Amino acid sequence: MSPTSDRLLTVADGCLVLSHRLSEWMSNAPTVEEDIALGNIALDLLGQARSLLSYAGSLGDPVRTEDDLAYFRDERDFRNVQLVERPWGRDRPDFAVAMARLLVLSCYLHALYSALVTSTDETVAAVAAKAVKEVDYHRDHASMWVVRLGDGTDESRDRIQAALGEEWRYVDELFDGSFVPPSLLASGVAVDPSMLRPAFDARVGAVLAEATLAVPEVIPAVTGGRRGVHTQQMGFLLAEMQHLTRSHPGATW
Amino acid sequence: MTHEKLWEVFIRSRNGLHHAHVGSVHAVDAEMAVENARDVYTRRGEGVSIWVVPSAAIVASDPADKDELFEPALTKIYRHPTFYEIPDGVANI
Repeated sequence: MSPTSDRLLTVADGCLVLSHRLSEWMSNAPTVEEDIALGNIALDLLGQARSLLSYAGSLGDPVRTEDDLAYFRDERDFRNVQLVERPWGRDRPDFAVAMARLLVLSCYLHALYSALVTSTDETVAAVAAKAVKEVDYHRDHASMWVVRLGDGTDESRDRIQAALGEEWRYVDELFDGSFVPPSLLASGVAVDPSMLRPAFDARVGAVLAEATLAVPEVIPAVTGGRRGVHTQQMGFLLAEMQHLTRSHPGATW
Repeated sequence: MTHEKLWEVFIRSRNGLHHAHVGSVHAVDAEMAVENARDVYTRRGEGVSIWVVPSAAIVASDPADKDELFEPALTKIYRHPTFYEIPDGVANI
């Protein structure tokens, strides 16, 4: 793997795994309209993952396809942050967790893609230019819900605040720049995630203020997703996502 | 969810065309109705503009009145613009 493709995988795998998790809301969201909204968002993220996986695979030796990378890598080879792989709740899916996570990740991705629009790698810049409009909508959608839940009933407020607290333990990992090769920063291909934090804090802070919610103060989780160290749930997620392709390699319909 | 209302959705498919009714969505207020309409009815590039209207604001004709309202028009075929010779030089009609 080249440094560029390894860095691409951290973004691509994040989009892929989050897309898969979001698809679990199909038929489980509070309304059918929200089912479709989350399905749309999942498809946007899958599209971003496909573009980035295809490009990352094309840079490798041997060349690998997007499907090779999505379906035939094992857990330790996935480079996504741990936040995207977490289940939507301890016992059962919690819509508040989904909106808290979507707010965090859409604000992060918006800051990331906005910066990558000027990447010196033309393919990365083109993918970012398309994706930034998509995540802009995801961010609006999540913001709307977080404000409604935070400034809603006692129940909705308690649940969204609790969800934010749980999610927040995994926020620092997003902005950890230590895994980015200095050569990619010097050449202008990649951006240092730690530079994205001010834009993220400003946007999320504004939404939480409007929602009358507090910015969580929690001890960060021990993470390592971008080094291939994942949570217990990642294996189950991959088993579900990959088993069909692995059972019938090369199948088409 | 509680407090949900029904909203009628109108989409304009291109600039210059009119908004046409495409269906309805549930939402608690106008802002959510526009978002839901976007997600449900513009997934395949159907539109450039969305209107949402509370379904309760729609005033409908009474189906029992359909004979008096609509039947008189059925026999007035001369109201269709098919009885005119259009000169060859006139385009776009």
